[in-house]
Amino acid sequence: MNPAIKNPLLFAVVFGLIILTGFVNSWNVALNILNMGLISAIMALGVNMQWGYAGLFNVGIMGFVALGGLGAVLVSMPPVGEAWAAGGARVLLALGIAVATIAGAVALWKKLKPGRLRGLVLAVFLMIGFFLFRWVFDPAVAAIEAVNPAGTGYLGGLGLPVLIGWPVGGLLAAGAAWIVGKTALGLRSDYLAIATLGIAEIIIAVLKNEDWLSRGVKNVVGIPRPWPVPYEIDLQNSAAFVARAQAWGMDPVTTSSLAVKLLYSVLFAIVLLLLIWLVQKALHSPWGRMMRAIRDNEVAAEAMGKDVTGRHLQVFILGSAVVGLAGAMMTTLDGQLTPGTYNPLRFTFLVWVMVIVGGSGNNWGSVLGGFLIWFLWVQVEPIGLWLMDLITSGMADDNALKAHLVKSAAHMRLLTMGVILLLVLRFSPRGLIPER
Amino acid sequence: MDLLNAIVALANFVVVPAIAYGSQLALGALGITLIYGILRFSNFAHGDTMAFGTMVTILVTWWFQGLGVGLGPLPTALLALPFGIAATIALLLGTDRVVYRFYRQQKAAPVIFVMVSLGVMFILNGLVRFIIGPNEQRFADGARFLISARDFKTMTGLREGLAIKTSSGITVITAVIVVAALFWFLNRTRTGKSMRAFSDNEDLALLSGINPERVVLYTWMIVGALATIAGVLYGLDKSFKPFTYFQLLLPMFAAAIVGGLGNPLGAIAGGFVIAFSEVTVTYAWKKVLVYLLPDSLEPSGLVQLMSTDYKFAVSFAILIIVLLFKPTGLFKGKSV
Repeated sequence: MNPAIKNPLLFAVVFGLIILTGFVNSWNVALNILNMGLISAIMALGVNMQWGYAGLFNVGIMGFVALGGLGAVLVSMPPVGEAWAAGGARVLLALGIAVATIAGAVALWKKLKPGRLRGLVLAVFLMIGFFLFRWVFDPAVAAIEAVNPAGTGYLGGLGLPVLIGWPVGGLLAAGAAWIVGKTALGLRSDYLAIATLGIAEIIIAVLKNEDWLSRGVKNVVGIPRPWPVPYEIDLQNSAAFVARAQAWGMDPVTTSSLAVKLLYSVLFAIVLLLLIWLVQKALHSPWGRMMRAIRDNEVAAEAMGKDVTGRHLQVFILGSAVVGLAGAMMTTLDGQLTPGTYNPLRFTFLVWVMVIVGGSGNNWGSVLGGFLIWFLWVQVEPIGLWLMDLITSGMADDNALKAHLVKSAAHMRLLTMGVILLLVLRFSPRGLIPER
Repeated sequence: MDLLNAIVALANFVVVPAIAYGSQLALGALGITLIYGILRFSNFAHGDTMAFGTMVTILVTWWFQGLGVGLGPLPTALLALPFGIAATIALLLGTDRVVYRFYRQQKAAPVIFVMVSLGVMFILNGLVRFIIGPNEQRFADGARFLISARDFKTMTGLREGLAIKTSSGITVITAVIVVAALFWFLNRTRTGKSMRAFSDNEDLALLSGINPERVVLYTWMIVGALATIAGVLYGLDKSFKPFTYFQLLLPMFAAAIVGGLGNPLGAIAGGFVIAFSEVTVTYAWKKVLVYLLPDSLEPSGLVQLMSTDYKFAVSFAILIIVLLFKPTGLFKGKSV
């Protein structure tokens, strides 16, 4: 089929499925799917920049998503004055010591001649730096976490609008990507995969344990809404809104929650469209052609005088920043940062399924994959449950096998995603909307 | 006396657990390194393969326990282990037939294999959760300790006790037997030699008449056995939880890379390097230092370098250091 007809048709099918959900389940569910679909599409765009443009295999998406969420929190939450007074300056000093130690170690490494002496000096220097850091850091953390632990117990943020937090989330993710890329790029392709897998686990561990920064598993709740999105309760108290809802013959409570979700959709859609425009421009620029040339034949590109490792680092950072942005948007949508819920299967590998199924190397493909796979991820569970009920309908209600099957239906998701990934890789490795 | 107490405390909390954990990691890393050497890709499904094998072993163990069959002081799981190994080998050969073989014939790029292994990981993960559920399972039985801390104290009269869990003892003994058997196989038998030849130079091996499918078949069988044994030992020593097994991927990969990917000896060394660093960095040293330092210098805090939640950071840091300074690993591995 002609791609000019096929591609819009594919998008129409996916949006048709979401609209169908609106009619069959409820519009609230449909809008939830749409909103997370928009965010997933942005994540898939970021991963597609890394994989589709440059062939970089990043399996630490979860970490960048979480860092983006941290960015939203650090910008938007009100600062906790008492905590800052208790140990804010001291924490900053400790972090400064840590950075200075690492910078000093790098400088020493470069300055001293190779040999046993260098290793010894460096080890001693790092040990001293570490203990100094802990000596400054530990009391400060204890002081901060002692400030009203049930309510705050952390430093809080800057109290700025959360929209500013989105690019900041992207910047945080880009910083982490720089560290990983600097060490692992230029080596074997698998090494990047393993390094990203590791950094993601560490970022989650930091968010879970550094209560002074992110409240850890106590979660940060009540992140302020972005600028145009109102609170449901304000809408319900507004006479004009209630009158209009009743004029349409709708319940004001339902309408308010729909209106909020719809506003989020519009906001996310603007970001998505802006990003698509940017990445399409980039892909069809000389820069994009160079990227694909590097991906297809690194040796030839290097012979042409292209800095392969440098370009890889660049696109890896850019892609991670986009993923971080999506993470900040997701945290804003949820209104809370819950480090305990980040799971690699959900945040890393699901995004990969989106990119592969949609079509790696094609931005529209990734966007389609984001919507489609998110829709399936949400809907497979009820379908699985329904299927299990159907299979076990002949069994007695107290049958142990039936109870087990129905209880385990929730795990059908992972199985289904794995099967979809393998089928697409095998029979249609270029995805639904292949690269041109 | 203080020195003895310090040594015993060190052995109890650092050396013994690290040796057991290191053996488990080494067995896991051996599987990863073998696949890397012969099939030439990083198998992300390895952690979940371990989980699958352990799950089958647990189910058979429960069945044996129900029948009243046991090994006395030894855990029943050892009796169930062959069943787990057989099931895992069948599973791996099945996935190879259905999934990997196609890409091998296509001569697909390594990164495609990695991605395919991701799909396999998803399916195995779902399968394990589907059958046994996502929760923690304990299946160790038999005697709990070889030496309990109390017995050790009465025996030696020291203030510190040295406890050795049966599972730690079994882990080390099994690991030594398995590794010895593996090296004997790789170095002494015809099939083992053909595997090493295939790993060193595929084209040359093909030219000299080695059947690649046969080599691959044996590799998967060995990997299945190694993964199940590693998984069951880890489960006996700690506990079985599907997600923990997935997370073991990072330390196992770190071990394989630190030792040099594709080098079996390196995988073992790497496993112990990772295990010892993890345990020493996350151990609260106060207990040992109290005996060694004079009273005036006695530490006030726990003297724990990092909290246990950061144990992944340790494997990661070692990985980064090795990648920065010696990308081929301690023992010369492949660095394509």
